[in-house]
Parts: sequence; structure tokens; C-alpha cells
Amino acid sequence: MEARFKPGDAVRVRNIYPLGHIRTPFYIRGHSGVIERFCGTFGNPEELAQQRSGEPKQPLYRVRFLQKKVWPDYQGNPDDVIEVEIFQHWLEGENG
Amino acid sequence: MGGLPAGKVEFTEHDYVDWERRVDALRLLLSGIKGGRQLMTVDELRKNIETLPPDAYERMSYYERWVTSITQTMIQRGVITTEELGKKMAEIGKRDGSKV
Amino acid sequence: MKDQGSYQPYSYFQLMEVSLRELLVEKGIVTEAQLAATVEEVRNITPERGARVVAKAWVNTEFRKKLLQDGTRACEELGLEIPALKLVVVENTPTEHNLVVCTLCSCYPRMLLGMPPEWYKSRNYRSRAVREPRAVLSEFGLELAQEIKIRVHDSTADMRYLVLPMRPADTEDWSEERLAASVTRDCMIGVAVPRI
Repeated sequence: MEARFKPGDAVRVRNIYPLGHIRTPFYIRGHSGVIERFCGTFGNPEELAQQRSGEPKQPLYRVRFLQKKVWPDYQGNPDDVIEVEIFQHWLEGENG
Repeated sequence: MGGLPAGKVEFTEHDYVDWERRVDALRLLLSGIKGGRQLMTVDELRKNIETLPPDAYERMSYYERWVTSITQTMIQRGVITTEELGKKMAEIGKRDGSKV
Repeated sequence: MKDQGSYQPYSYFQLMEVSLRELLVEKGIVTEAQLAATVEEVRNITPERGARVVAKAWVNTEFRKKLLQDGTRACEELGLEIPALKLVVVENTPTEHNLVVCTLCSCYPRMLLGMPPEWYKSRNYRSRAVREPRAVLSEFGLELAQEIKIRVHDSTADMRYLVLPMRPADTEDWSEERLAASVTRDCMIGVAVPRI
């Protein structure tokens, strides 16, 4: 799978709630952030968890989110961030 | 559980006991990281922990969850069967004593 | 194994451990010797490894650069293998503090820090470190000024994180060994800073 995003790109985490083994935390689904770095390409955990090959491998990114946007009641520096690893198939480009 | 309401952090440090360390070692060996055949992925380990009923998850200790998950994975993969496990647990309980 | 007697009679889960292990040994999948060797190997990994890496980065600018660029490769140069996973080293600065958590399970840079402390795996730490990092840090005795920005790292997939703390002031003439001794496990998770 080709890497679609590059550092600095604005992305949004898909806001879906299927079943299975998923490495995208609930708290970050539906939120917008920025690609911090591309981490490489790794077996898809949703497949690996079910005794399948994990193919096609998925590009993995570290995505940076502003805390005050993730938690409406966030107390702290307005520039505080949370960075989460998210697989490409859980990301959408902010501009479609 | 990220972001869910929870209490203060309790600073417990616990030195792992032998059976916990063995569960840990089993996981490493079965993952094939040590060079042997890969008989499980870390994703299966996690999946089988996540599928524990919530009350069981809360009641169990960390390595109790792990040993349950590894055993479940070995059954799912056909490495061992439920029948073999049942027999073995009965036999060892009789041999060494068990609280069960 | 000789220590079997120490926890008899077995609880349900201990009984499961012994049974699973004996079945796997009977089937020739693992041996008791492999298990014992693996237990020892894991026991020998302590946070001193991570501290060595940190101290090296403090005294050697070239190494520090490499470590921040590609943690895995830099550690391999020191003879520290990081199998299968990638190490991301994040650097504390006067304006930025890093904190590591795994909200989904208990991912931890075990190859550099050994097995994680109980609290790292606890519901309370995992739930709150992402949402109220400053309150959590203050429970650890670390009061962070509001001007210092916090970066929380949730290890959700294949990366593992190590915090590179700031070198304490007035340590210019310290040896690498002495510096390493000031770096605790908690400093490398980001819930503490080195104190001398």
C-alpha cells in the first residue's frame, strides 16, 4: 500500500465503530490532526489478530492533535498536543 | 480506555513472580521473536484480552489475563485442544494441589 | 521447574500456566530450557540500558542526532537490539516536555527499560495521561509550568517511545557513567526529570 500522506498534511480520523481488533483509540476517532511523521509500513493488526496474513501492509503515521480540540474541557497550555499512531486506512485527507 | 474517568495513579511497584515471568517468556517464544516458529501474533494476544468480559478484565491481574489469552490463542490455532487442556488441568491439580 | 512449590496450591490461572506449559513442552513446541533462558534474558534487561543510551546522547552530539532521527539504528550501534519494533526517541527541551502512555494495552520500550511498572499498566494512568497529563504529572511530584508545552505519546501500534530528558545543569565535568546513574526509569517515561 502506497503512503498517501506526508508530514504536515491535515487529516481526520474516521469516525466509525466496527467490531474486531482495532488499534485506533475511541477517544481520537472523528478528530482532525496533522501528520507528524511516516513510521513505515506494517501488517494490518485487524487482520493479524484473526490469524490472517496482515496483507496488504498498511502505512502507519504518527498524527498530532491539539489537546484543547480533543477534550473540550482541557486544562493546560493551549499548544499541548497528543500524538497517536494511526494506520492509513483509518485516515481521511482533510480536503477529501 | 484513554480519556475515561479514573482515579489517582497508585504507585505500586511489584516484582514479577516466577509464574508471571514464565507466562511472559512463553509469549515471547510463541511469537517467534526468539527464532522459533511463530504460533501467535501480538494482535491475537490483544484481541483475546479485549474480548474478556469487562468484569473479568477488572478482576484479573495482568498476567492472569495474559495466560488466559495465550491459552485461548493456542486453542483457536489448534496447537492444543480444549479436551487436552481440561485433562491436563485436572491431572496437575491432583498432582500438585490446586485451590480450584 | 524447581520453584514450582512456592505458589502451591495453584490458583486457577497458575494451574492454567503449568498446564499450558506442560502441554507445549510435551508437543515439542518449547522446552523448559528455552523458557528458563528467556526468563533470565528478560530479567537481565533493566532501565540501566535506557540510561546508558540517554547519557551517551548527552555527551555525544552526533549520537544524539542519530538517536532522534532513527532510535532503532542508533541503539543497534550501541549493541542494543530492538527486534521487530521501532524506537522513537522524543527529546525534552526547556519549552517542551514529553510523556509516554499506552492507552490500548501496555506497550513499553521493554528492550531498553525492562518490564513496565504496575502503575504504567493501570487503568488510572492509561485513562488519565492522555486527558489530563498535568494532573497526572503532579501526582508523580512533577509540577510543570503552564508555559511548558506537553506532548503526550500514545503508543498505539508498532512504535515504542523513550523520552530523552534534559541533562541536569552543572554536570559538565561528569563522566558518562555518572550521568547514566542520574537517569531513572521514570525520567525515560516522562513522569520525572533527572535530579542530582
